[in-house]
Amino acid sequence: MKMVKSTLAVLTTAAVLGVSGFAQAGATLDAVQKKGFVQCGISDGLPGFSYADEKGNYFGLDVDVCRAVAAALFGDATKVKYSPLTAKERFTALQSGEVDILSRNTTWTSSRDAALGLNFTGVNYYDGQGFLVNKKLGVASAKELDGATVCIQAGTTTELNLSDYFRANGMKYTPITYDTSDESAKSVEAGRCDVLTSDQSQLYAQRIKLANPDQYVVLPEVISKEPLGPVVRQGDDEWFNIVRWSLFAMVNAEELGVTSENVEATAKDTKNPDVARLLGTEGEFGKDLKLPKDWAVQIVKQVGNYGESFDRNVGAGSELKIERGLNALWNNGGLQYAPPVR
Amino acid sequence: MQTHSFKPDLPPPVLSVGVLGWLRANLFSNWFNTLLTFFAIYLIWLIVPPIIQWAFINADWTGTTRADCTSGGACWVFVQQRLGQFMYGFYPTELRWRVDATLWLAIIGAAPLFVPQMPRKALYGLGFLLVYPVLAYWLLHGGLFGLSVVSTSQWGGLLLTLVIAAVGISGALPLGILLALGRRSNMPAIRVICVTFIEFWRGVPLITVLFMSSVMLPLFLPEGMHFDKLMRALLGVILFQSAYIAEVVRGGLQAIPKGQYEAAAAMGLGYWRMMGLVILPQALKLVIPGIVNTFIALFKDTSLVIIIGLFDLLNSIKQATTDPAWLGMATEGYVFAALVFWIFCFGMSRYSMHLERKLDTGHKR
Repeated sequence: MKMVKSTLAVLTTAAVLGVSGFAQAGATLDAVQKKGFVQCGISDGLPGFSYADEKGNYFGLDVDVCRAVAAALFGDATKVKYSPLTAKERFTALQSGEVDILSRNTTWTSSRDAALGLNFTGVNYYDGQGFLVNKKLGVASAKELDGATVCIQAGTTTELNLSDYFRANGMKYTPITYDTSDESAKSVEAGRCDVLTSDQSQLYAQRIKLANPDQYVVLPEVISKEPLGPVVRQGDDEWFNIVRWSLFAMVNAEELGVTSENVEATAKDTKNPDVARLLGTEGEFGKDLKLPKDWAVQIVKQVGNYGESFDRNVGAGSELKIERGLNALWNNGGLQYAPPVR
Repeated sequence: MQTHSFKPDLPPPVLSVGVLGWLRANLFSNWFNTLLTFFAIYLIWLIVPPIIQWAFINADWTGTTRADCTSGGACWVFVQQRLGQFMYGFYPTELRWRVDATLWLAIIGAAPLFVPQMPRKALYGLGFLLVYPVLAYWLLHGGLFGLSVVSTSQWGGLLLTLVIAAVGISGALPLGILLALGRRSNMPAIRVICVTFIEFWRGVPLITVLFMSSVMLPLFLPEGMHFDKLMRALLGVILFQSAYIAEVVRGGLQAIPKGQYEAAAAMGLGYWRMMGLVILPQALKLVIPGIVNTFIALFKDTSLVIIIGLFDLLNSIKQATTDPAWLGMATEGYVFAALVFWIFCFGMSRYSMHLERKLDTGHKR
């Protein structure tokens, strides 16, 4: 019995090692065009990034990436099918070809980029670990948190980042780790801890869960880098370019002042050569990407520019009210920067 | 002549009959029990009033948005607004009648089986078991005779929970019985295969099976070939539970005295008729509690599909709580899930008790 099992284990391991190398895509673009929709891997539920209403329509910042790609390809942002994925199955789903794009708050790291046979096409949200405190404490900076009791929402690296930060600043803390966001929100409310740490995007969602959200504030310090972005399979540059430039088009549109409301009028009578090139009035830049001429017009018209998408899903226009911060445009003190269409 | 007559019995002391007597006998029989009773009353007083306060008195029942929840208690508006999603998942609203029809068909179709005088019950039951799954699949999935296709990725909520539980139960029971018979077989090859199968599936946790089916299996399949996610989960659940059923049934088989086997053989019955007519009816009757126990466990285990991103009742609720419009409603959602699960599990256990009493034809002590 024991031998049977160990033989099985060896065979399984061998098969996995042998197979994982070949999980590569051929021409994703051809396949997508043939089936007529984009299969998009999203989160199974993350406020502001991907969530569903009661009818099964998906919304969110991550969802908008998928919609932008569909708008660019088909001129129709609704030609997307969504696969809600758990954190553990997301990479397999992409590697095995079950989804064409993975847009699921995935942190861009060297190992994921290099070892998994995947490529990150850009960053649609610069996240980072932060702190949420009660205003009563009168704390204005994370540097004043010496001796605090810290509630941690367990994550892959949350605990490590926290201990690094406190050690680097010569401060002491008492950690309490929770598994789910609901538990940690409740314990902050009950006063079991002075401060809650998690990725900033999560903290804003946590704040809504509290009985009195206005009494809590997210501190300005960010103690880790969590650039989140869409992922595609390695080795299919055509598809990679389309996904990458769909996001770039949204950022460029915001920078150039093109919005979902004025995009069609602008496309007709713009004098600005940058805008004309982006919107396809001038040049054949869509063709290089194997996209229709009006690809960027469709993206902005149906999904909005990056600023609109941000505002609607996670920013001031949403329940989360996340500040732009690092996600402001580069000329506004943020990091969102897209190469020009030229 | 004087006749002797007894005086009528005096009534028992007031303190030993009725409510007072019961209280004295059960709750206050000595100082220790008295202490425990008061402690228990204190605990109940500590726990129950706040719950009632939260769930009923301070609760909000009507409205459409979170803003309608102002009383500070439970916000049942959330459950009410999202009930459709909890029951059907993202099954298209205008097609939900098909799910209802599937359920009604099951109730109406199965009803005659519960009428004791029904003639040819076995034949009808077998026919129902063969025809119903096909009909149900056609209604739910569509694709033939003008019904539009609703892919399994849109199934969710209680519908998905029931589909997994029902398919799991009706697939695992026959397979489990065969495995149990195989494990007690005289043929070494069959015995070894069955033992290996059972011990393998009992040796791994269900969560691992589901995880393997969704994370590893796709890597083995050729490019572009995708098994339906629900199908993978169902297969995993059936194989896993059949191993447990097999061991429960084997317990029943071993409890049947050897004389029964010998008597059946002496009647000239072959293996299948011996098992089908003599041994299994007795053995299965013995192990009803064990089988129902496994079914209840299976029903609750269906919520494990959360880790492979299928939206059963629990995951639908979890997903609804991530809508920014309803953030922080997790408690209400989970209380509702607990209630639904309890109703089903309690129903199953009551039915099994009824079945035991009905089939209790002998062996009374």
